[in-house]
Amino acid sequence: MIFYFLAGEAQRYMTFQLCEETLIGRELTAAPATSAYQYYVLKALVKMQVLQIRNTKNLSYKEKNKMDFKNAAELLTLCEKENCPISEIMKRRECDLAETAMEEVEARMRKALAIMRKSSSEPLTSPRRSMGGLLGGEAQLVERHRHEGKSICGNVLSRAVAYAMGVLEVNGSMGLIVAAPTAGSSGVVPGVFLALQKEHGCSDEELLAALYNSSAVGFLAMRNASVAGAVGGCQAEVGVASAMAASGAVELMGGTPAQCLDAASTALMNLLGLVCDPVGGLVEYPCQYRNAIGVANALTAAELALSGVKQLIPFDEMLAAMYHVGRRLAPEFKETAMGGCATTPTGCAACKKRG
Amino acid sequence: MSFISMFDVLGPNMVGPSSSHTAGACSIALIARKMLGEPVRQVEFTLYGSFAKTYRGHGTDRALLGGIMGFSTDDERIPEAYTLADAQGITCHFSYNHTETEVHPNTVDIQLTGTQGHAFSLRGESIGGGKIRISRINGIAVDFSGDYNTLIVVHKDRIGMAAHITRCLSEGMVNIAFMRLFREAKGDKAYSIVEFDGALSEDVQQKIKEKQDVYQVMVIRI
Repeated sequence: MIFYFLAGEAQRYMTFQLCEETLIGRELTAAPATSAYQYYVLKALVKMQVLQIRNTKNLSYKEKNKMDFKNAAELLTLCEKENCPISEIMKRRECDLAETAMEEVEARMRKALAIMRKSSSEPLTSPRRSMGGLLGGEAQLVERHRHEGKSICGNVLSRAVAYAMGVLEVNGSMGLIVAAPTAGSSGVVPGVFLALQKEHGCSDEELLAALYNSSAVGFLAMRNASVAGAVGGCQAEVGVASAMAASGAVELMGGTPAQCLDAASTALMNLLGLVCDPVGGLVEYPCQYRNAIGVANALTAAELALSGVKQLIPFDEMLAAMYHVGRRLAPEFKETAMGGCATTPTGCAACKKRG
Repeated sequence: MSFISMFDVLGPNMVGPSSSHTAGACSIALIARKMLGEPVRQVEFTLYGSFAKTYRGHGTDRALLGGIMGFSTDDERIPEAYTLADAQGITCHFSYNHTETEVHPNTVDIQLTGTQGHAFSLRGESIGGGKIRISRINGIAVDFSGDYNTLIVVHKDRIGMAAHITRCLSEGMVNIAFMRLFREAKGDKAYSIVEFDGALSEDVQQKIKEKQDVYQVMVIRI
């Protein structure tokens, strides 16, 4: 341990620094019989060992929070100051605040990417019927259409739609997915990124960066608004997922942090007011189709930003607007299955038929 | 405000279709299983509100049963939970309460009996995005999240118990994240619930248990 190699003043100084850090925000409970100084030294030693095991730097409180941000404006400032993309800030924030080693963060995200890849591609060849019986085979149809050269949207969008709808099919049939940010909106982010990888030949490393980037946008939505359909309607689920995907796509295709957040703002704006009205109360229909539009919306928003089209309203304000709209939405439109698609005669009939 | 990780945004990794009705349900049952500390022989679930209404299409029942067998939210055996529970000789029973409205809409009561004969009950609420809250143990109102490693000490409500627990933890170099006490009535049975960082050794657990009037020590490791 490094600690033993430090002598005299340095050691003492370091001990006190560690003590200070250990004690910040913590109440000392039931001090043991040993002298306070011994106790601190011991605690500092243990803490240092723990830090070493976790392979993180010994950070002071201030340093530890250096990469944290409360809103998009702060995130942009950080990007400028550190001269790095959003993905990098978000990754460093995770390492510092969750006290997790960089390799572990990467390994976890790699695992998420593997699940995303499997859940978006499998239904293209082997369709699955959902628990509620409302879904099954949609992704394969879209993929087949593209294969036959008939797609009117082009390869990127057509692929992205097929992937996104596939993830919802897997989700609806109790398969393994990554909530992004929720299960009901889990197709948008993988759909967009994996389609861009296929068509533009992005590496997995670049895809991971896009995922870190998108998680920064999702984090802001969770922190400053909500991503629950029950709180904010579908705009909070697919709307936010679409904003996440748009931002990640811009970074993936070489855009600036400001362009990322412009794209996120546009994507969210274009789905403002979208209600959550699941037929039969199940995460199937219209969720799957909404994921398809979330993908199209994200790609469109990213295209605008990358073209240099400026967004008037900053992401922070758009997020606040979304939250406000969500709170004002009537309960019928927030996951209760008491309005919208859920209460149409055909929607109701589909539920009854299902039993 | 508690820390929001990037894996709270891109995650949980879960078996679908619903983070609240499937993943959350599984997590509640998994906590119940960990608290029991032995394989389950018999289990009774009572579902309330939205859980009771839409459990079938969300696989809430299978997720609960999976959790009871120790499956986590991303365990792909969850869809086969009934068959697997049968094979393990677990008797399960589900009932649905549609009348009680004074509960969180996604609430479940779990009554467990283990293979060694231990039994207890727990109430859990799935509060969205896969996050959960345990709100009752054996009928006593409690509150913890399951986000952290958790120590639950059942003891008599009397002077010095909290000091005893914190002393043992402090000597064992365990950092307390949150700590709360709940009791049936003054001088009656009480629950000290400590959410902590890092690991807690068997020694510390044993030391807490050794004191008079400590009835039971349970540790939930996430």
